[in-house]
Amino acid sequence: MTIESKYLLKLRGIDKRFPGVHALKSVDFELSGGECVALLGENGAGKSTLIKIIGGAHQTDSGSITVKGVVQRWIKPTDSLDAGVAIIYQEFNLVPGLSAAENVFLGIEPENYGWVRRGEENAKVQEVFKRIGADINPDALCDSLTVAEKQLVEIAKALVRDARILVMDEPSAVLTKKEVEQLYLLIDDLKQKGIGIVYVSHRLEEVERVADRAIVMRDGARVGELSKEDLDRAKIIEMMVGRKLENEFPQETRSPGRVRLRATKLNRGQKVKNISFDVRMGEILALTGLVGAGRTETVRLLFGADQKDSGVVELDGQVLELGKPSDAIEVGICLLTEDRKDQGLVLGQSVRDNFGLPNLKKFSNKGWIDASSEAHSFNSYIKKLQIKVSGHEQLASQLSGGNQQKVVLAKWLERNAEILIFDEPTRGIDVGAKFEIYQWMNQLAKAGKGIIMISSELPEILGMSDRILVMKEGELMGELTNGPNVTQETLMSLAIGEKIEHAA
Amino acid sequence: MKWVKTIFSSDYGMLGVLVLLCAFFSWITFEEQQPEGKDAADSLNQSIRQDFNEPGRVLIAGRKTDSGQAFTAHLRELLSAAGWEIAGVVEGGPPELGQGLRLAFDHNQRLDVLACEQSFVNLAVLQNFRNSELKKSDFAVMSPDSSSWPNFLKSSNLLNVANQIAVIAILAIGMTLVIITAGIDLSVGSLIAVSAVLATWVIREWFGGDEATVGGMIAGCGLAILACSVLGLFSGSMIAFFGVPPFVATLGMMMVGSGLAYMLSGGLSIYQLPQSFDWLGRGDDIVGIPNAVVLMVVLYLLAHTIMSRTTVGRYIYAVGGNPEAARLSGVPVKKILLWVYASCGALAGLGGVIMASQFKSGDPKYGLMYELYVIAAVVVGGTSLSGGRGKVFGTLIGAFIIAVIQNGMNLTGVQSYTQKVVLGIVLLLAVLLDMFKKRGWRMTS
Repeated sequence: MTIESKYLLKLRGIDKRFPGVHALKSVDFELSGGECVALLGENGAGKSTLIKIIGGAHQTDSGSITVKGVVQRWIKPTDSLDAGVAIIYQEFNLVPGLSAAENVFLGIEPENYGWVRRGEENAKVQEVFKRIGADINPDALCDSLTVAEKQLVEIAKALVRDARILVMDEPSAVLTKKEVEQLYLLIDDLKQKGIGIVYVSHRLEEVERVADRAIVMRDGARVGELSKEDLDRAKIIEMMVGRKLENEFPQETRSPGRVRLRATKLNRGQKVKNISFDVRMGEILALTGLVGAGRTETVRLLFGADQKDSGVVELDGQVLELGKPSDAIEVGICLLTEDRKDQGLVLGQSVRDNFGLPNLKKFSNKGWIDASSEAHSFNSYIKKLQIKVSGHEQLASQLSGGNQQKVVLAKWLERNAEILIFDEPTRGIDVGAKFEIYQWMNQLAKAGKGIIMISSELPEILGMSDRILVMKEGELMGELTNGPNVTQETLMSLAIGEKIEHAA
Repeated sequence: MKWVKTIFSSDYGMLGVLVLLCAFFSWITFEEQQPEGKDAADSLNQSIRQDFNEPGRVLIAGRKTDSGQAFTAHLRELLSAAGWEIAGVVEGGPPELGQGLRLAFDHNQRLDVLACEQSFVNLAVLQNFRNSELKKSDFAVMSPDSSSWPNFLKSSNLLNVANQIAVIAILAIGMTLVIITAGIDLSVGSLIAVSAVLATWVIREWFGGDEATVGGMIAGCGLAILACSVLGLFSGSMIAFFGVPPFVATLGMMMVGSGLAYMLSGGLSIYQLPQSFDWLGRGDDIVGIPNAVVLMVVLYLLAHTIMSRTTVGRYIYAVGGNPEAARLSGVPVKKILLWVYASCGALAGLGGVIMASQFKSGDPKYGLMYELYVIAAVVVGGTSLSGGRGKVFGTLIGAFIIAVIQNGMNLTGVQSYTQKVVLGIVLLLAVLLDMFKKRGWRMTS
C-alpha cells in the first residue's frame, strides 16, 4: 500500500528511553527528496539517538517511521538500508584490510556461485566514484586512504545500495577546509538527484551554507524549526541552549585562595595545544567546549594517564614528574573519568574491591590485605556518601550511574586527594544523585581542595564553577570568571569558535 | 532448571559436575572386591576367632606376591598371638600348597583350618588332597570375606588419580593467574621439558650424576625452576612492555623452550641420577599420600590465599577485569603482568622437576601438549578466558574433572583415542557454560 507522500522520510512521535534517561521525547522529523535538513542541538540533546533510530541501530519505544509513505518496521540495522536509508557515522564502518572497491560492495558483491565478478565490481565502483567526483584508486586498501577519501567511500557505499536518504553525522569534523568545500558541492549534486540529506553538525557556519532547513533539538525534544531565511546564528544558539536555569545547583559563596596546581604550555599532538591555566585552593574550575575539543586529553596529562609532549605541571610550587597515574595519585591528584564503565571501575569486581584498589597500600601490611580496616573504611563512606549498595560484595556493574560515581568518589576521598578532576561528573546520573555530587564538590572546595570540572552541560558550568576555561580543537579559546555577565550564549559562541573577546 | 542455573552460576559450580562424575564412575565400576594383604589377614583372623572358640592348628597359605606375603606374615602373627599353633606357611601356588598340606599332616597330626587367600579355595590340588586322604581331610578351608566396592573408589585408585594430575594441576595454578589477567601461556609444556632436562643435566654434569648429594639435587632443581621463571619473565616483558599479544609471545617461547631442551640434552634422556631422586615424584611420606599431591595441595592453599588476601591478588583481578581502570587507579599493571608470567614459568619449572622425579630421568619430550590440558583444566574450572574472573580452587576442580574422566575411562576400558574425543567435548561444554553464564543464560547477547 503506497500512499503518495510528499515526504521521503517522516518520523512521528518517536520516543526512546534508556535506563535512567528519557533520550527522545515524542520527536517529529520530516525530510523531502532533494532537500538538506540540518539537525542541531547540544551534546546530549538526542541527535545521535535519533539518527541511530533512523539508521535502525536502535528501535523506537513508540512512534512511527515512514519512508516514501510506507510504514517501516526495522528489526535489524540492514532493514533500514534496504528501505533506502544510509547513515554515515563519524566513525566509519570500513574494513581497513579490504580495498576501496571491496568495501563499497561488501555484502552485496556481484557474484557467480561465490566467485566475485571483479570486472563488474570495478566498473561499477569507478562509475560511482566518478559520479561523486572521487579520485580514488578502487584497488587501494582502505587503510591507506585519507579521512576524506574514506568518507567518499562511505558515500559511494550508500549510493551503490540505492540509498535515497543519506544521514551524515558531523561529516566535516574530520575534514580540512578544502575538503569541506568539496563535500558541499557533492551535497548540492546529490540534492539535484533527488536524494534527501540529514546533516548533523555543531558548526553553525556550515549549516548556514549547506542546509535548506534546520531542526533544533534540546533535552531529547524537538524545540523548533528554522527555514533557510531564518537561519541565523544568534537564533540557533538561543534555541539550542534556551532552557531556563532552575535551582538545581546548591548555592555557595567561596573565596578561592592561593594557586595550588599550575599547568604551563601543555602540548600533546593535535588535541592539546599550548594550554596554560591554574587551579586555586578552594576553587572549582570548569573546563568546557564541544566533545572532542581536547578537554579530557588535557586533564589526562595532569593525571599522568597520557604523556605530554611538552609543558610543565606544578603542585604547590613543586614541578611534578607524571610518568604514570600512580605518580599523580601519590601527590594527591585524582581523576574521576568521564567513562566510568571503561575507565573508572572494574565492573566485574565488587564495589569494595573497586573502592580499595587505589588504597590497598593503606589497607595492607607487607602485601597482606587487612580486610577489616578496608571494610570499616568503606562502611563509613557508604554512610557519608549515602551509597546504595546491597553489600560490599555487590558487583560494580549492578549499581546505577549515580552510585557508581559515588564509589569512584569514595575511593579518591579515601586517598585524601588534593586536586580532584571531575570529567563529566553527572553524565548518565539522575537528578537526585546529581545534586548530591554537586554538594560534595562544593564541600571539597570549601575544605581547600582544588577542583577541575569538565562539563558539556552549560547550566552545570554556570551553576557550579568559579572560573571557566573554554576549549576548541585543542586550543584555549578563553578564560572567564563566572558571574552574571557570563551566559550560556557566551560559552557556546566561544566553544564553536566565535572569537568574541569577553572581558572577564 | 532454575537450580541448575544457580549451581553453575556459583564460583565452584563445577564441583557438582565432579561429584556427579565420581558417582557415575563409582556406579559402573562397582564389583566384588577381594581384600588383600594386611586387611585380608585382619578380616580372616576375625572370622577364624568367631568360628573357633579354642585355638587349634592352622596352615596359612598366600601367593608369593607383596600383598600375599603381607597377608601370610600378618595372619601368622595374629593367630600365634591368639595361641594358635602354626602348622606351616605356604607361599606360592598349587605345588607349594600340596606340599604344605602333606607336611602339615606329617606324624599324624591334626589340622583344624587352612587359612588362605581367596584364589586358593577352588584349586584342584586342594580337592585332590581331600579326595585322596579322606581320613585327614576334615579341616575347614577359610578365606577372607569378599565385599562389594567400586574399583574407582579404592583408596589406591583415588591416590593414583591425584598423583597423575598433580603436575597438570600445579601448572594450572600459574595458568589460572595468567588467564585471569586476560592472557594465555602456551609455553608451559615446553618449560616442563626445559626444567626436567636442565635439572637432570645440572645434577649429572656438576654434581656427579648418580653420586649426587641431596644438596646437589636441590641445587639442580632450584636452578631449573629459576631458569623457567626467567623464561616466563621474558614472555611477560614482551607482553607488558611491547604489547605483544600473549598468544604470540608465549607461542614463541613455546618453540624456544622446546628447542633449548633438545639442545641441552642432545635429544636423549638424562638418567644418571641418584636412587633418591624419585622422592618427590614417587615418595609418600605422609600417611601414604604421594609427596607430589601434598605439594600440590600446599601450593593451592598458598595461591588461594594470595589471590584472596593480598594486594597482588587483588591487582591481578583488576588488571584482567579492566586494565585501563586499574592503571588509572594507580595499579602497577606492568609489574603485575611480569609477576604473573614469571610465576607461571616457575610453576611450570616445578612441574618439570616433579615429572623428572616421577620418571627418574630428564627428557626433552616431556610436557608435550601439556599446555592444552592445563588450559583445559583452567577453563573447565570456570575461569573466564576474557579475564578478570576465576578462582584457583575452581581450577583444582577442573583438573580433577579431567583426571577423573581419564581415570574412569581407563577403568572401564575406553580406548585412549575415544578419551581424547570425550575430553574435547567436555572442554567445549565448559566454554559454552561460561558464555551462557556471562550472558545471563540467553542464546545471544
